[in-house]
Amino acid sequence: MTSTPAESTRPDFPLPVPSEDGAPFWEHLRNGELRVHRCTSCGRLQHPPRLMCVQCGSTEREWALMSGRGTVYSFVITRQAVHPSFEGHIPYATVIVELEEGPRLASNLIDVPVDEVAIGMPVHLAPTAVSDEITLPLFRRA
Amino acid sequence: MHRVAIVGIGETEYSRASGRSETRLALDAILAALADAGIDRTEVDGLMRWSVDTTGEEEIAANLGVKDLKWFGEVNQAGNVGAALVTHAAAAIHAGLANVVVIYRGVNGRSGRRYGRGEVTGRRGQGGAAYTEPFGLLTPQHGLAMLSRRRMHEFGTTSRQFGWVAVSEREHANRNPRATYYDRPLTIDDHQDSRHIVDPFRLFDCCLETDGGGALVLVSAERARDLKQPPAVIRAAVQAGYSERGFVDTAAVSTAPRLWAQAEVRPSDIDVVQIYDHFAPFVIFALEDYGFVPRGEGGPFVEAGGMRWDGGSLPVNTSGGHLSEAYLQGMNQLIESVRQIRGTSTAQVADAQLSFCDTGIGTGAIILERDR
Ligand SMILES: [Zn+2]
Repeated sequence: MTSTPAESTRPDFPLPVPSEDGAPFWEHLRNGELRVHRCTSCGRLQHPPRLMCVQCGSTEREWALMSGRGTVYSFVITRQAVHPSFEGHIPYATVIVELEEGPRLASNLIDVPVDEVAIGMPVHLAPTAVSDEITLPLFRRA
Repeated sequence: MHRVAIVGIGETEYSRASGRSETRLALDAILAALADAGIDRTEVDGLMRWSVDTTGEEEIAANLGVKDLKWFGEVNQAGNVGAALVTHAAAAIHAGLANVVVIYRGVNGRSGRRYGRGEVTGRRGQGGAAYTEPFGLLTPQHGLAMLSRRRMHEFGTTSRQFGWVAVSEREHANRNPRATYYDRPLTIDDHQDSRHIVDPFRLFDCCLETDGGGALVLVSAERARDLKQPPAVIRAAVQAGYSERGFVDTAAVSTAPRLWAQAEVRPSDIDVVQIYDHFAPFVIFALEDYGFVPRGEGGPFVEAGGMRWDGGSLPVNTSGGHLSEAYLQGMNQLIESVRQIRGTSTAQVADAQLSFCDTGIGTGAIILERDR
């Protein structure tokens, strides 16, 4: 089966650097949960997290638990490496998953050959630890 | 109320290895543009630049012998700020804050920093990149390919239709001795047989990587009447931000209504079009989102030859564009849009009165006209 780029062990791999407002996103993933910013004023879900709600302007948010179910909204297949960290993983597919709750996030699919990736494919969350600190929200075919 | 015109254009040769610094390239282009306009270098009192470039305005001003730099600045997105820079420069002249504003760039985009490389454009997982780069979205083309795939899905646009963009532009480049691919034809089969880089983008969907420089000189339309060249008067100029747009709309959904209202013309009034084609499908998407054709009809339009200089109803990217002339990130296309008003393009549209130029994903556009 195909590998995902996150299996790269090179030191120049661009692991996420948690920001102040985004740190809880990564903490929850370490516990196996995908949680997304939800505005407590108007209820809008927002990913990536921002300092203010783009809909109502509120700064009051909570981290809402997602079911982990979604579908592939769009995808690209990198067939020629454009970064040294990814050279060993060509070709790889990057997908935008649309969660059933609405937010979309970038990810990779575990154990799905790139030529089988399609828009609309149902997927489910597979949190994958890639370092002591970082667990990525990868997905598997549902 | 000062109307503003582009009165000087200058460019260096386009190559894969310029053999000189980006500052030297910028200066060579600026001197060419000032000579073209018939304006002395010491008259320059405004300088504007792409924020991604390395050549600061102080260095340029010092070399030119500028005595009093009254207006300078940069626009900070990426390559897609050409029209925004024209908008800023025109606003400054319109307001009387400067008289002779030069927009310039010099880039070693092939022999120096290559924008298609993740180690150049990547942000090492910081900021918003924390949510994209670990999954292999590393360069501008990754996000643009993602949008392209979704639009293919929603509107039925095909890779073969992307190919007709590339083939039409190559025909134009084959008439343009300055173009990188002047002497190399391209067929639709060449395009369809070319390898994928970031699928759905094939090799011939992707822009060139270019070393070169370019410059524009702007003054008031009144001043323009005393200069050497027929002025290309700015009829409209707009810019737009690009956040929270998702994977279908280009920023033209914001800029187009403002552009057409400001210009007081309709898309069907435009004679010739330049569109920022870092990737071929963005010509199709711009034709749709600016309203030249309805959504979903851009692909069939280019497939039927609509954008070809030879026989098309709306010639697009008449110098060969970023795919086949050079990739100066909008600068060479702004220059071509001026040439069309002057009547000096190598793929000249007869009696062109209104010349349109988009400088990237709908985030900025200008309409030029002949002096009235
Ligand atoms: Zn809200």
